[in-house]
Amino acid sequence: MAYNWNWEVFLQPSVTGDDTYLGWLLTGLKWTVSLSLSAWVIALVLGTIVGVLRTVPNRWLSGLATAYVELFRNIPLLVQLFIWYFVLPELLPPALGDAFKQSHPLWQQFFSAMVCLGLFTSARVAEQVRSGINSLPRGQKAAGLAMGFTLPQVYRHVLMPMAYRIILPPLTSEFLNIFKNSAVATTIGLIELSRQAQQLVDYTAQPYEAFIAVTVLYVLINVTVMFLMRRLEEKVRVPGFIGGK
Amino acid sequence: MKLLPAVLTAAVAAAFLTTPAVAQESATLKKIKDTGSITLGHRESSIPFSYYDDKQQVIGYAYELQRKIVDAVKAELKLDKVDVKLMPVTSANRITLVQNGTVDIECGSTTNNTERQKQVAFSNTFFVIGTKLMVKKTSGIKDFPDLAGKNVVTTAGTTSERLLRRMNEEKQMKMNIISAKDHGESFLTLETGRAVAFMMDDALLYGEIAKAKRPADWEVVGTAQSKEAYGCMLRKDDAGFKKVVDAAIAQAQTSGEADKIYAKWFMNPIPPKGLNLNMPMSDEMKELHKAPNDRAYE
Repeated sequence: MAYNWNWEVFLQPSVTGDDTYLGWLLTGLKWTVSLSLSAWVIALVLGTIVGVLRTVPNRWLSGLATAYVELFRNIPLLVQLFIWYFVLPELLPPALGDAFKQSHPLWQQFFSAMVCLGLFTSARVAEQVRSGINSLPRGQKAAGLAMGFTLPQVYRHVLMPMAYRIILPPLTSEFLNIFKNSAVATTIGLIELSRQAQQLVDYTAQPYEAFIAVTVLYVLINVTVMFLMRRLEEKVRVPGFIGGK
Repeated sequence: MKLLPAVLTAAVAAAFLTTPAVAQESATLKKIKDTGSITLGHRESSIPFSYYDDKQQVIGYAYELQRKIVDAVKAELKLDKVDVKLMPVTSANRITLVQNGTVDIECGSTTNNTERQKQVAFSNTFFVIGTKLMVKKTSGIKDFPDLAGKNVVTTAGTTSERLLRRMNEEKQMKMNIISAKDHGESFLTLETGRAVAFMMDDALLYGEIAKAKRPADWEVVGTAQSKEAYGCMLRKDDAGFKKVVDAAIAQAQTSGEADKIYAKWFMNPIPPKGLNLNMPMSDEMKELHKAPNDRAYE
C-alpha cells in the first residue's frame, strides 16, 4: 500500500492557524478526561444510592431502584445520548428548551454527554454495589442491628465499607469503560479525543499517524487509571479479606 | 567487495527495465481484469450526487458518471461483463478505503485539494461548487458578517468547517461552530433552532432543502466563500486507470451528455420526494464542460 508517512505532522501549525495539530490532540484529551471524570462522579454517587436501595427491605424502594437499573442498562448508550441531546430540549417548556439550545454549543454537548454517561454508568455501578452488599454474610447486618445501630447506620458503618472493598476490581473496569464510552460524545459533535483524531484525518489526510497517536493516548489514560486503582486497593485492603494478607 | 557495485548495477538496471512496464500496466485495471469485478465507493446521503433512494438503490449525478466510467473500463479491458460491487463510504473513511484497496473508485462529493493529493489521486473534475449558507427565510441573515457571535452548524470534516474556523481566527467573529457528523444531522441542528445557519457546499444545501419537511421555509444565501472542485478519488500512481477515468468524464462533458445529466438532477424533480433543486448551471460549470481538467482550487 502506498502510504506517505509523516510523523512531523503533529508539530505543524493547523490549517486554521489556531494551534498545532498536537495542540488539537491535547485539547481533545482535556475534554475526554474532564467528561469522563465528571460523569464518573455522577455514576459513583447515583450508583451507590440506587445499589443500596436495591437491597433495602422495602418493596417500593427496591422496585423503584430495579426499574432505574433496567431502564438505563437496557437502552443502548448511543440512543440515550441522542435522547438527551436531541429529544429532551424539545420536551421542555419552549422558553427553557430554547434557552438551552441557544447556549454555547460546547456546553450543551458536554452537559448532555456528561448526564448521559453518568446515568448509564450509574446503573452498572448500582448492580456492582448490590452484588457487593449481597456477597457479605447475612450475620453482619444482623449483628449491626443487634448492636443497636439503625438500618442506615448499619449500611454506613458495617456493610458499605466492606462492600466497596469487595467491588473495587470490577469498579476499576467500569472506570476504564467510562473513558472508552466517552467517545460516543463524538456523535453529537463534542470535540473529544476520538473526534480530534477524525479531524486530524480530515485536515491533514494522515489517518494512520492520527489514529496511532490517539490510541496511545487512550492507553496512557487507562494505564494511569489502572495504576491508581491498584494503589487504592492496596491502601484500603483489610487483613483476612479479599486482597488482604 | 566488488560484488556490491555489481549487485547495485543489476538492481538499477532491473528497476529501469521493469518501471515502464509497471507504469503502463495499471494495478487497478489489472485487478479488475483478473477478478472481473470493480468496487465503487458511493455516499449514502449526498443529495443529489450520490445517495440512496427510497428503495435503497444508489442514485445521483456523480453515480451516473461513475457508471459511465465503469462502461469505459469495460470497453478498455474488452470485457463483456464486469461485476459491480457497491460500498458506502463516509467523509471520515473514504480516503483510507481508497488507499487500502477496498474501493477502486469513489465518486460522491469529495473536494480535490492539494493535501488530499498527497494520499490519493483525483480524476477530472465533475462538479464545481461554492460554499454558502442555508438559513430560515425569517431569520434576517443575508451574508457571512451577520453570523458574528451566533451558533453556526456545519458538517465535520468538510472544507466549510475549515473556512468557518479560519473566519473565527482571522476576523474574530466569535461564532460558536457546531460540527455535526453528517449533512442530515447538520440540518436537524439548524431545524431545531440550535444554530441560525448551516454552511455547506451550495449543491448539498439545495439537496437538504429538497428533503426538508417544509422546503419553502429555507433559503440559500451569502457570497460563496470558496470554490471547490469535486473529483472521483483513485489510488495514487495509477496513471493507466486515471487515463481511462479522465477520458470517460471528458467525453461526457464535451459531448453534451453531462449537460443532460445535469438537467436531470438539478433542474427536474428528483427522488425521494420529487422535489426540484432548481439550481441553474454556474459559469464555472459551463467553463468546465468546455474544457475538462483535474485542477484543484486550493
